[in-house]
Amino acid sequence: MSDEVLPEPRWRIHLRRARRHTGFMAGAIIVAIAAFMAIFAELLMPHDPYLQDLSKRLLPPIWDAAGTWTHPLGTDHLGRDYLSRLIIGSRVSLIVGGLATLIAGLIGATLGLLGGYYGGRIDAVIMYVVAARLSLPGILTALALLAVIKGSLVSVVAVLGFLLWDRFALVVRSATQQVRAQDYIAGAVAVGTTETRILWKHVLPNILNPLIVVATLEMAAAILAEASLSFLGLGVPPPTASWGLLVSEGRNFMFFKPYLIALPGALIILLVIAINALGDGLRDLASPVDSGES
Amino acid sequence: MLRAVMSRLVVAVLVAVTVSVVGFSLLRLSGDLAAELAGEAATPAEIESMRVKHGLDRPLPLQFLDWTRALAKGDLGRSLFSNEPVAEMILQRLPVTLQLAVYALIVSIVLGIPLGMLAAMHPRSWIDRLSLVTAVLGQAVPSFWLALILIVVFGVMLRWTPISGSDTWAHFILPTATLAASALPGLMRLTRSGMLEALSTDYIRTARAKGLGERTLMAVHALPNALLPVLALAAVQLGTLLGGSVIVESVFALDGIGLLAYRSILRGDFPVVQSILIFVALVYTLLTLIADLANAFIDPRIRLG
Repeated sequence: MSDEVLPEPRWRIHLRRARRHTGFMAGAIIVAIAAFMAIFAELLMPHDPYLQDLSKRLLPPIWDAAGTWTHPLGTDHLGRDYLSRLIIGSRVSLIVGGLATLIAGLIGATLGLLGGYYGGRIDAVIMYVVAARLSLPGILTALALLAVIKGSLVSVVAVLGFLLWDRFALVVRSATQQVRAQDYIAGAVAVGTTETRILWKHVLPNILNPLIVVATLEMAAAILAEASLSFLGLGVPPPTASWGLLVSEGRNFMFFKPYLIALPGALIILLVIAINALGDGLRDLASPVDSGES
Repeated sequence: MLRAVMSRLVVAVLVAVTVSVVGFSLLRLSGDLAAELAGEAATPAEIESMRVKHGLDRPLPLQFLDWTRALAKGDLGRSLFSNEPVAEMILQRLPVTLQLAVYALIVSIVLGIPLGMLAAMHPRSWIDRLSLVTAVLGQAVPSFWLALILIVVFGVMLRWTPISGSDTWAHFILPTATLAASALPGLMRLTRSGMLEALSTDYIRTARAKGLGERTLMAVHALPNALLPVLALAAVQLGTLLGGSVIVESVFALDGIGLLAYRSILRGDFPVVQSILIFVALVYTLLTLIADLANAFIDPRIRLG
């Protein structure tokens, strides 16, 4: 039969391999759920997450004898519905994680691409910039910068974007060096292709895999950093619900109501593990050998 | 080798200068220093006289030179909050942070290296899985959260340890555990991958073929080669731990430079913040330089190359 000889379309092979990769699938599903929560938070939340009602302060959760389904996870110290605040908290994490990674990726990939492709003096200068960035302690520098420019969603994204590009630069640089040594680059140079075109059309597509893997690592790092900054009171300002801020607010009550810090913390951990699993999965799936098929 | 060492030195010096410029700019960007120094009730004339007295009316590059000259003499300025000399404030608290970082590093080395070795020697065994789970959790658990959970469990529910302050060695148990959790996964995974790589080399196969015992094989041939990058990482980690202790110190109210930095940030005491930032960055640069040079010196491939 003729359709038996037809090769399977590439995307289908990829999909089949992806489906078999447990870590990748688990990570993808959790990240998808988090994204769904963040996008459709208004539809999912039982209450307004910012509505304060001091007559309903610190209501117990449903597993407590006095708990009710009106507030399944109870309320916080200002009478705000805790479940709603947890749901909307995913939005800050994903926005900061996504945008900070985008900025860091643009800075790091550009530097890595230039350093790896041109080498020599340009590379030396770029490596020195990376060394300077690495010497600055991350959280401390972020805190100091945010104290000067005042915390907001935009400033947190900007500060983290400017602090998390180093791994992008290093990985893209070494990937570019490998691609640079390939014959097809020499071929492109020989036929007079412009450098911009070589970088865009020949180098960039070939370093996308490591770039995406680093992006997942940095997104996880950005989410953790945002939570830490918000916990320390210099990240996203209240009343915006960030998971880090929820832990900080729950801290005063943690001896009587440990779930107030346990739940947001668990969500941060789950999301970060999921993103890392997604990244590991992508790395496995991208490498032609050891694809899990054997 | 000399060339490599020289270029590393040049980069380190350049980085030190850059970090100082960044710190200096941060201080100038944080607000009008003359007004801060003169105090809240100061008249414009008093502010102006402060500006002239501290040389803040001079062009910025000259101010930077003044500032580096003072820095070289160990004069880091005075705190806006307490008027104490910043250098003294840092030196007083440095022992606490150093202890914490060194303890955390020792704990992660003592646990991480054997765990990484065992994981490499028994791939896919339960110990390999355990090391993987530890690594995954270590990367994902925020240290501020781990600190709080340890306080609730060991400090309050079990009442085994004190939960805040830095008076006795027992006060360091939970902070050390929290900080070690962030340094351990990297050391452990690097030991594991280094061992796996060493075990797959030809010289190990040869040694095995000539009938060398497993124990000698590991101790004499595999481990030294696997540990080289691990020790370099440990030196770098020490620098990272010094800067990373800000969260742990503030949760446990451990009176080191991290807590000092955090409190100074909250009260806008930028001379202190800037000094700590530069100090940590310089120590980090020095430690990475030492790690690089030590690596180059020990590894014959780099030494002779």
